[in-house]
Amino acid sequence: MASKYSNLTFKGYRRENGRVGVRNHVVILPVDDISNAACEAVANNIKGTLALPHSYGRLQFGEDLDLHFRTMIGTGSNPNVAAVIVIGIEPGWTKRIVDGIAETGKPVTGFAIEQNGDLKTIMDASRKAKEYVHWATELQREECSVSDLWVSTKCGESDTTTGLGSCPTVGNMYDKLLPEGIYGVFGETSEITGAEHIAKARAINPEVGERWYKMWKAYQDDVIEAHKVDDLSESQPTKGNIEGGLTTIEEKALGNLEKIGRTSKYIDILGPAEAPKSGNGLYFMDSSSAAAECVTLMAAGGYVIHTFPTGQGNIVGNPIVPVVKISANPRTVRTMSEHIDVDVSGILRREMTIDEAGDALIDTIMRTANGRFTAAEALGHREFVMTKLYRSA
Amino acid sequence: MSIPQLLVHDPKDNVGVVVVEGLKAGTKMLCVVTHDNSSFELEAKHDVPIGHKIALADLKKGDTAIKYGEDIGRMVGDAKKGEHVHVHNLKTKRW
Repeated sequence: MASKYSNLTFKGYRRENGRVGVRNHVVILPVDDISNAACEAVANNIKGTLALPHSYGRLQFGEDLDLHFRTMIGTGSNPNVAAVIVIGIEPGWTKRIVDGIAETGKPVTGFAIEQNGDLKTIMDASRKAKEYVHWATELQREECSVSDLWVSTKCGESDTTTGLGSCPTVGNMYDKLLPEGIYGVFGETSEITGAEHIAKARAINPEVGERWYKMWKAYQDDVIEAHKVDDLSESQPTKGNIEGGLTTIEEKALGNLEKIGRTSKYIDILGPAEAPKSGNGLYFMDSSSAAAECVTLMAAGGYVIHTFPTGQGNIVGNPIVPVVKISANPRTVRTMSEHIDVDVSGILRREMTIDEAGDALIDTIMRTANGRFTAAEALGHREFVMTKLYRSA
Repeated sequence: MSIPQLLVHDPKDNVGVVVVEGLKAGTKMLCVVTHDNSSFELEAKHDVPIGHKIALADLKKGDTAIKYGEDIGRMVGDAKKGEHVHVHNLKTKRW
């Protein structure tokens, strides 16, 4: 049945593989930490390109190395990226990332530093990057349906107002837009603790719920129980959460889960940075609750807009995905107004309903999809943080 | 409706959240249950910052605190009706 949300459209960039982006970046992607300098030099030479420096990519192995490649390839493959230059210290792993991104059909070229040195690599990569910028800046936005949107969510610096206002606002958006065919994703594995019985029950069927529970329990047993030295009382909840009135992980988890609304159910579980393969709908991604890590993983999974409820004022952004901040805390929207895209503090005063707040968020999502900068974009927040599973060899 | 000072998620809850800045002890708070929009009055016994919780009933050490109609942890100290509930008297049951 058609709803008032069925006819929503936006102007996006339709990519070679049919996916739609809302930004048009030419990315200079380092395979490893020691190639950051060359990437940043290319981005300095060629305006309109974006280097994504990071800290890893050497001597990783096993599942941790798989995650590294998945994050690199996923980031380059994201539809918000028009074309990619990949630079690595040696040609083997560089080619692996180039080949992965090339499956999308978008332009991508790799450069290796060994036997060339930084300076020749920078010159060769800069010439190719300039070509890509000329090409990408001629691409035109075209009309796309709301169903072409992939919208992720993760909250941060939460407080008790997040559970009352900004998280239910995101939940209301999902309840309205998931039936229109969008892809959604939530995550933060550790932060469901205390609400795991509710999360398990929100799976599309008991088999998916069981798989979700196993994934959640594995993190409890293998990471938290193995490494904790106390009750995590300054990490989960964070010091900022506690300042904002959140006392326990259970209380935080129950507020967090408000992000999936009243009717939405998740259809499958994704590994970190994994792209969904079961069609449109809501997914859970096994991920850290740290903001920059989680948003980076969801962007690598292919999501093009991120919705970020905050109470005390987490200021995180992402280089390739616009991050929309929603807050219901009147002190935060007053003292940190430059960071907040959607003010839903009226919910606390009972002047705004959750339904109205959801509509306000949908309006901001559509304007952001059309190209309007978010607060985090205007302020230059480009946190790109790789998740590492264990020590390198 | 006038602006509430305290919001409560669920009728089963025994704590509510202060949603105004600078709440002073002695304030007779308008409290609203968001689940059904019902309201009641409660006197705050402490100055409590925005976002922090207040006990809706006398809570004793060992009691379970309920919010969203769910268990959010164990009281490790007492809180009388109208008093501040936070890390000094409430702890997780996990980890």
